[in-house]
Amino acid sequence: MAISHIQLGLLDLSLMRLALAFVGLLAVAVPALAEPQTMVIGYLGEQRKLPLPLGPLDEAVTDDGLQGARLGIADDAGTGRFLGQQFRLQERVLKPGEAPAEAVNAFAAAGISFVVADLDAAQLLQASAAPGAQRMTLFNSRDPDDSLRQEDCRRNILHTIPSRAMLADALAQYLVWKGWQHWFLLTGPHPGDLAMAAAFRRAATRFGAQITIDRPWTFRPANGRADTGHVTLQTEIPAATQVGDYDVLVVADEADEFGAYLEGRTALPRTVAGTQGLIATGWSAVDEEWGATQLQDRFHKQSGRWMLPSDYAAWLAVRSIGEAATRLHSLDPAAIAKYLRSDDFLLAGFKGQGLSFRPWDGQMRQPILIAGPRLLVSSSPQPGFLHQRTPLDTLGIDLEESACKF
Amino acid sequence: MQILITLLLVLVLVPPAAAETIYVSNEQDNTVAVVDGATMTLQAAIEVGWRPRGMALSVDKKTLFVAEGDDNRIDVVDLAKRQVVGQLPSGADPEFFVVHPDGKRLFVANENDNLVSVVDIAGAKIIGTVDVGVEPEGMAVSADGRTVACTSETTSMVHLIDATTLELIDNLLVDTRPRAAAFSVDGKQLWVSSEIRGTVTVFDTATRAQTGKIEFEVPGIRREGVQAVGIEMSRDGATAYVALGPANRIAEVDTKTFTVRRLYLVGQRPWHVALSDDQKQLISANGNSGDISFIDLENQEVVKSLPVGRGPWGVVIGP
Repeated sequence: MAISHIQLGLLDLSLMRLALAFVGLLAVAVPALAEPQTMVIGYLGEQRKLPLPLGPLDEAVTDDGLQGARLGIADDAGTGRFLGQQFRLQERVLKPGEAPAEAVNAFAAAGISFVVADLDAAQLLQASAAPGAQRMTLFNSRDPDDSLRQEDCRRNILHTIPSRAMLADALAQYLVWKGWQHWFLLTGPHPGDLAMAAAFRRAATRFGAQITIDRPWTFRPANGRADTGHVTLQTEIPAATQVGDYDVLVVADEADEFGAYLEGRTALPRTVAGTQGLIATGWSAVDEEWGATQLQDRFHKQSGRWMLPSDYAAWLAVRSIGEAATRLHSLDPAAIAKYLRSDDFLLAGFKGQGLSFRPWDGQMRQPILIAGPRLLVSSSPQPGFLHQRTPLDTLGIDLEESACKF
Repeated sequence: MQILITLLLVLVLVPPAAAETIYVSNEQDNTVAVVDGATMTLQAAIEVGWRPRGMALSVDKKTLFVAEGDDNRIDVVDLAKRQVVGQLPSGADPEFFVVHPDGKRLFVANENDNLVSVVDIAGAKIIGTVDVGVEPEGMAVSADGRTVACTSETTSMVHLIDATTLELIDNLLVDTRPRAAAFSVDGKQLWVSSEIRGTVTVFDTATRAQTGKIEFEVPGIRREGVQAVGIEMSRDGATAYVALGPANRIAEVDTKTFTVRRLYLVGQRPWHVALSDDQKQLISANGNSGDISFIDLENQEVVKSLPVGRGPWGVVIGP
């Protein structure tokens, strides 16, 4: 927690120079190459107040998102070194309260056309409205809010982080596939919790589940790590969950304040799913399928920690640019921006099938992992959920229901 | 009576068409299944290291090498004893490898280290490495032994390596997430499958120019459900067989016209395929259904599926 984003940025610059020197050597060693060209990709993050880690095994992470973008650059360079294409990340982390426009305009002045926008919704919309962003593509690698894909969608934003609707649909498909149709929905007090609960309600309706019990979590955030913390929780949670029968407790607690306390303490012996327990997520360190082992290993080697969903979303953004540059044999920003949004674009993202962007709202289509605390449980879409275009479009806001107008 | 005895003698003396043994690596069981090709029955399961995938026979066909991805080594299996009798170093995370025609060296793809390692079999040591792209996977060697091909999944390339100098000859861009590589029997073509695009790209090995692109269409399955993985070439050079992964099909491809002659419906998620020595039978290792499919190529039909373990991946046919 003592290390700020800025210090990490400086540290990385020297590493980056070394890496560039190395890439340069390789380029010289291959005589057939044309003069290397360089694509500079912007990374715009913001300093966040770290939540108190809920459990003693939780690690405080200060550079989530940024490390994913850095790995994306290294992977882009893997192909680039054979094609005479170099990739570099220009990192900028906003201080608390700092508006993003100035940073975006500075990126534009430096000739940067693609920016990983690791920002919350309000900051993201401000960034996209900056004069410098008008000819840019911003990649939303952070905020799952559905409004950003609906009424607040923007022509210059692509989304690599899954929306709440995608996560809820993915979980709903799995629970319905299991035959756990009767849900007890328990929702925290924060705006993100309420939005996630709304997504769960929508998903239940779409896939034939019923929310038979729908309750807010009304206790104050507890600290289970007090010396006798479990005693209070052991009394509180059975009381809070004494609500009649249901198949599965679906929890909406994005703030991670109480969801993790539920498992093993509910009045009835039922599975907990949602934001804790069995979770739906764009990425999880427990996944090693579809070749993910290699991505997890190189991420861990680079950053000394596990890859988080925001890291993966930032990695997807940088890799999308690299993939487009590979296929086009070009670093021309206009051509890349166009290709990213075309039917031909397909990214390998270690999820067993190619990923692409939905033309109607800029959201990246992707399988969603259903993960337990230690192992992968499943991946949605589930078998039997069909769609006229691709089963991936059974997750999230579909063309026909889109309110996005660019 | 005499005629009958003669007939019986003939039956006993003439070996059945497929007197062969099929070896299947089960990546989730840490075993190599041993299947009798004639009776199509499971004979044994050889305990090997963790996560066995790529396999290959020694030149004398008495030994099976098995890459153990999670154990970072290659197990040496004595086929007469049906047990592991030794180990070879492989470099980190070996997935696939080839035995060089000289019989002395293995070329191993080290998926986590972006390397191809060259292993001296007799000395049990790594005698060279070649830097390739990110996540090397598929390996192939030309029949004349001069060229080794290696695909790199995240770099989307096939790298051509001079087997003597261990220098990169060329790096050819292919479709997204390449998996297997295979030289044509005459050595004039190199075939590379792409998992995410579901295509096979064909290169002329002399000019290294792309000369063909094979796309696979499976009725009722969308583009992303059709993925190309393992490739096997027929000895007469006329046909290539391509495993189509989640499409649960093996494609039979005409190597002259690059057209798909027919599709065989096999078990779930076939990874790799192998031809019997008489070229009349094709076996696919089906990862998700835990079985192998026997395809009778003369009658063009799948005749049997046989459970062999969890996560069948590689398949090799030996005597």
